[in-house]
Amino acid sequence: MDFQVIFTKPNLLFLLDGLLVTLEVALLAIVFSFVFGTILGILRYTKIPVLSHLAILYIEVIRNIPFLLVIFFGYFGLKQLDIDLPITTSVIISMTIFTSSLIAEIVRSGLNSVDRGQTEAARAQGLSYIQTLWHIIMPQGFKRTIPPMVSQFVSLIKDTSLAVAISLPELTHNAQIIYNKNFNATIPLLLTVAVIYFVINYGLSQLSRKLEKVLSVY
Amino acid sequence: MDFSFLDVYKESFIHGFLTTIEVSIVALILSLVLGVIIAVFRISRVKPLEWFGTAYVEFFRNTPLVIQIFFFYFGLPSIGIDLSKFMVASFGLAIYTSAFIAEAVRAGIQSVNKGQMEAARSSGLSYIQAMWHVILPQAFKIIVPPLGNQFINLVKNSSVLALIAGGDIMYAADEAAVDYDVIPIYIFVACLYLVLTIPLSLIVNFMERRWAKQGSR
Repeated sequence: MDFQVIFTKPNLLFLLDGLLVTLEVALLAIVFSFVFGTILGILRYTKIPVLSHLAILYIEVIRNIPFLLVIFFGYFGLKQLDIDLPITTSVIISMTIFTSSLIAEIVRSGLNSVDRGQTEAARAQGLSYIQTLWHIIMPQGFKRTIPPMVSQFVSLIKDTSLAVAISLPELTHNAQIIYNKNFNATIPLLLTVAVIYFVINYGLSQLSRKLEKVLSVY
Repeated sequence: MDFSFLDVYKESFIHGFLTTIEVSIVALILSLVLGVIIAVFRISRVKPLEWFGTAYVEFFRNTPLVIQIFFFYFGLPSIGIDLSKFMVASFGLAIYTSAFIAEAVRAGIQSVNKGQMEAARSSGLSYIQAMWHVILPQAFKIIVPPLGNQFINLVKNSSVLALIAGGDIMYAADEAAVDYDVIPIYIFVACLYLVLTIPLSLIVNFMERRWAKQGSR
């Protein structure tokens, strides 16, 4: 086993490049899937005919197929339709499509966990349905979504490594390129990369636990 | 939509479909065994066991499955250990999934009232007997729905096999994509996965709803 290979300047920089791509893709995908997933979740919760049914169809199909398949759709599938996106954009879109279906379910169950009496009381006070949703249900429901949402984002960060299948130059891919040239450094590189992912994801989980404590005042 | 790729690749898809099922089931059994052991470690009062359990769960939950599979597939041969693709896939998936299963089992066990363990122990049962005959049966209903979700994830995650040419559904898709339009292939593959995952997810929903009504016991 050869740990030396990792600590040469070009290889370290190459891994760093990969890490930056991983972080960039993950961060953008987290933001987009939070927004899109929340909208979907609310649509499913509201039971507006047609719209909520479309939301259900989207959520159930996407969250029950493998993410790798969504990546392939977003890259090779779109190419076939003559939509040629840069690889990073394609992965961000695929991640957003996939993760928002899971975020939508988290948002919906958060909203569902709010006692029905809250809606009834608010409506009886003369608030409209939208006002009730916005001022009464959502603030209460969202607090409960934080821990599952963060663990979904941890999954998302881990899943960026699947983009190795379409050669997105992220962390796993760059590590693979180095150990393909240095057979003896395979295990050291995989361990190093695992530790990098671990530090990011474990840090994020701990942060969410702190946040949960701060928010669980009531 | 041109599904003529099926004429040539029908066999690959049947084989891939069966491989996906096979790997998922083997990995599920392995991960259940590992997961229960790790969960018991985590709640054990023997400190080194508890530390090991916690380290195991946190490490494997927070690192990508791809890295774990690559470790078995590319890493181990570099120190002279060669495993078959089927073993790589089953072990890789089992270790990854067992970390999540351990958490589900632990949460279930800890939801059982502490008095149950104390009563069982003072009736003369050993720790293992008390766990097996008293605590686990009660924890079962809380544990099973999240386990169902883990199984669904396992089936979906088995698609990483395609990255090591493991002969699963996704790999068959990759093969067919060389000569045919990809969109019909991907739609067909999506349907194959849905055939596996949707029934599982309906069963999980059913159990959750039914057992939620009955209360935890």
